Amino acid sequence: MGFEAVIGLEVHAQLATESKIFCACSTGFGAPPNENTCPVCTGMPGVLPVLNRKAVEFAIRTAVATSCRVQSRSVFARKNYFYPDLPKAYQISQYELPLAVSGHIDIERNGTTRRIGITRIHLEEDAGKLVHAGAFAGAQTSLADLNRCSVPLMEIVSEPDIRTPEEGGAYLRRLRDILVYLEVCDGNMEEGSFRCDANVSVRPRGQKEFGTKAELKNMNSFRNVEKALEHEIRRQIELIEDGGAVVQETRLWDADAGVTVPMRGKEEAHDYRYFPDPDLLPLHIDEAWVEELRKTIPELPGEKIARLASRYGIPRYDAELLSSSRLLADFFEASAAAFGGNPKVTANECIQWKEAIVAGRLSPETIAHVVEDRETGTISATASKTLVEAAIGTGKPVRQIRDEKGLTQISDAGALEAIADKVIAGNPKEVESYRAGKTGLLSFFVGQIMKETRGKANPRMVQEVLKAKLG
Amino acid sequence: MAITREEVLHVARLARLALSSDEADRMREQLGDILAYIRQLDRLDTSGVVPTSHAVETGTPYRDDSVHPFGEKEEILKNAPDREDDFFRVPRIIED
Amino acid sequence: MAAIPVHEWTLLDAARAVREREVSSRELTRALLERIDRMNPRINAYITILPEQAMREAAARDEELAAGGARGPLHGVPVALKDIFCTKGIRTTCGSRILHDFDPPYDATVTGKIREAGAVLLGKQNMDEFAMGSSTETSWFGPARNPWATDRIPGGSSGGTAAAVAAGTCFAGVGTDTGGSIRQPASLCGVVGVKPTYGRVSRYGMIAFASSLDQGGPIARTVPDAAAVLGVIAGHDRRDSTSVDVPVPDYLAATGRSVKGMRVGLPREYFAGGLDASVRTAVEKALGALVSLGAEGVEISLPHTEYALSTYYIIGPAEASSNLARYDGVRYGYRTEGAKGLIEMMSRTRGEGFGAEVKRRIMIGTYALSAGYYEAYYGKAQKVRTLLRRDFQEAFAGVDVILTPTAPTPAFRIGEKVDDPLTMYLSDIYTIPCNLAGIPGISVPCGMSPDGLPIGAQLLGRHFDEEAILAAAAAIEREIPLPRVAPEEG
Repeated sequence: MGFEAVIGLEVHAQLATESKIFCACSTGFGAPPNENTCPVCTGMPGVLPVLNRKAVEFAIRTAVATSCRVQSRSVFARKNYFYPDLPKAYQISQYELPLAVSGHIDIERNGTTRRIGITRIHLEEDAGKLVHAGAFAGAQTSLADLNRCSVPLMEIVSEPDIRTPEEGGAYLRRLRDILVYLEVCDGNMEEGSFRCDANVSVRPRGQKEFGTKAELKNMNSFRNVEKALEHEIRRQIELIEDGGAVVQETRLWDADAGVTVPMRGKEEAHDYRYFPDPDLLPLHIDEAWVEELRKTIPELPGEKIARLASRYGIPRYDAELLSSSRLLADFFEASAAAFGGNPKVTANECIQWKEAIVAGRLSPETIAHVVEDRETGTISATASKTLVEAAIGTGKPVRQIRDEKGLTQISDAGALEAIADKVIAGNPKEVESYRAGKTGLLSFFVGQIMKETRGKANPRMVQEVLKAKLG
Repeated sequence: MAITREEVLHVARLARLALSSDEADRMREQLGDILAYIRQLDRLDTSGVVPTSHAVETGTPYRDDSVHPFGEKEEILKNAPDREDDFFRVPRIIED
Repeated sequence: MAAIPVHEWTLLDAARAVREREVSSRELTRALLERIDRMNPRINAYITILPEQAMREAAARDEELAAGGARGPLHGVPVALKDIFCTKGIRTTCGSRILHDFDPPYDATVTGKIREAGAVLLGKQNMDEFAMGSSTETSWFGPARNPWATDRIPGGSSGGTAAAVAAGTCFAGVGTDTGGSIRQPASLCGVVGVKPTYGRVSRYGMIAFASSLDQGGPIARTVPDAAAVLGVIAGHDRRDSTSVDVPVPDYLAATGRSVKGMRVGLPREYFAGGLDASVRTAVEKALGALVSLGAEGVEISLPHTEYALSTYYIIGPAEASSNLARYDGVRYGYRTEGAKGLIEMMSRTRGEGFGAEVKRRIMIGTYALSAGYYEAYYGKAQKVRTLLRRDFQEAFAGVDVILTPTAPTPAFRIGEKVDDPLTMYLSDIYTIPCNLAGIPGISVPCGMSPDGLPIGAQLLGRHFDEEAILAAAAAIEREIPLPRVAPEEG
């Protein structure tokens, strides 16, 4: 019997605001313990939350970019539970009435498009961090650092539309890229500003009803999400095939062991006693504000990939790589505009130098110039690499470096023919062997010419000239 | 509206309130009386009535996204019943 | 003026005398600190008294005045705050063991406004723990007593403030009112208390009990005094999202307004069974006073009144159970000793740190919000709240103010109801609907019981129409002269 998996993903994205969602403390990462705190985010008596407009703006932009419907009225609720990293003993979140609902993201897999539904997008505050003092198990105390308390989070919940780990990975990457394009989240999974939990169940193919689901947590990279999903799906199928049943539970991904394990300890019966937060009035968002923000939405990754591929005639795969960063894609387009040669070469260069480009250490002209010089044969591929590296290191114009270092190559057909004649005349035995069929000797002749020209001959032309002369 | 001792203890656990045995008994009695009184609301037909969740009808106001450090971290931390350097210190979570 | 002892002056007289430099702020402050020394052991109205600090502040106010500048309308006038308003650097307990040593690093907005107006802070006043109570008996710092009869309760939860004002130990105080906690003690202590419209006075730094009901307001010996303090503390605050941006009118001027032609609603549900005869008589006299000045009494109905108490005892505790969850022994306040593990630490801290009434309400609220019960309790109460609001909306289409008793009986004896929560809750039966509707209310003295205990009348107004109830209350006050400072031997 064949099984299929049913997967829904819940993403928590930290919004890239300067200040927290309900107070004026910094959201900066890596501050000394409790440095970014105030009476409001440490839950002192009598303090009150006031909503950060930017956080709402970011959520609206995300909603628009994912075709969600922004609700004209949404409500902040309190999720009540006790934990030392949660100062008020409730998290302000949205529950019954979220900010946005009913959207989708399209992902392309093997030439076909899959539409993954988005159930809801809502705003909430992050909790602090509990450090377990002493690495040893016997430590008697834990330490609370409340810097992260009230850092704005946006939760994006997908429909259970995902069927394979690969689709899950593609959805997450596309969602991350969208958020980064919108500049609402830095998308950094390792630092925890883009976190993902998964709901996974399996069912016999053809069955409509969902199976019992397990919730997966603790997956801190795209690769880990895919691996955890793969493992969990296999585990559930094997369990059922062995006559067992899946238990509804929360499981943690152990990346080192490559397995999911049940969350330790008694699963406390969660009763969060949600109710509307009386300290925050309902969030009213009028259509005019949404429309105003709609105008600020840039070209999104899906559209950009399609356009780059068709406009520049580059492979879709290259377009995807270029579009993984809005800056990189813009850079590519600027380079292609600066020199209208073969965009495929420009694309390759951009992909090769992605890191430096994203770090702002290369100009589009640099890439345009090396691509042009290569196409005219002025420099070799090797020289091109050397030149770009030097440009990154020194910041000098690449053509100035080229001339200073004498990295131009001989692409003058007449000059190369004269040298080839000389080499052929000087190595009659090799010429004879070559003509007798040992064509592998071509590289010997190329080497000789390179030696004569101190490496400055255009290798492609050298080959052409030699082949013509050696017959 | 009877409430059982188990329910009292469950609610006390949710609310993180350690109750003595006497307290739990008293609470069961008093809560029972109060809840019974409160349930007079059941007599009232509220179908179609919109709930009032907030005392004010307008939308929530906003603040601008600018950082104003509180700057008196020690004034917060000095209230801590237990601390280690600039952390709040709490007993370890014991799993049972 | 010299004939009247300082502690019996009105706040407005005191403010004028300081401003015109007939008396120094130091003299006033010293006189009231002495009065506190004499009276507080009998009434336990203060949790914290600030003699040195108050004298320093008074000296500073005197210097400012000598240099030609008054800060504001309360310049140099000694007042006090219910110990629910955070005061930077001054212990703020909320009447609870769990905050017995809490030193807030911030001022409540009300605290800041009182200071900006130039007032001198004498101390922090006793209250029911977390403002939960109607008698000030649930305070961790012992019960406050009614200065008119010290074997009786002063009402609550702002009982310390009402008792302190009635005993002449301060010119005014600021209390809070969630279900009657300003008006009921004002009534029982023979002073004036105003619960403003929800959103009128900032809640920032005012320790929360039930966020959608809580509102701060003045307690003073006369209506104009209360109006003056209300003018100081009212106003929009960006730190409180529920604060409403409506201009603050001249409340003091409103107290001089004529009531001629005013339509005074008398809800029949408030004059039914359970109302003490002496209270009924006194309130009828208040109506008579208004009618004699050209107002018109109109019988009205607020049909859902009987459901207000139940609604309140769901919404209040539900919000409280969440508001008080932060007292977990982690960041401030009391922490139990020797607990094994985190959960035990939190549970024992809260079990030991909270008193019986607070625990009762946390339990009710937790229950009402818990899985399976939300709709039957909290959801239901929210809907009934809508009906109660609607009652008032409809009534105010035909009347300008509503007149009712403030409390069903005069002050009862200490200990009389403390073990009977439901009976105790009934003390607030006339004051609770106002909080659920978010409208303003005032209690003004209107008579004395045969035992010599004060009785108050309550006036309710439309949203943000404090002026109408101030005008009516001031008229009653002028027509029915009553002593405002309790005799020395109550």
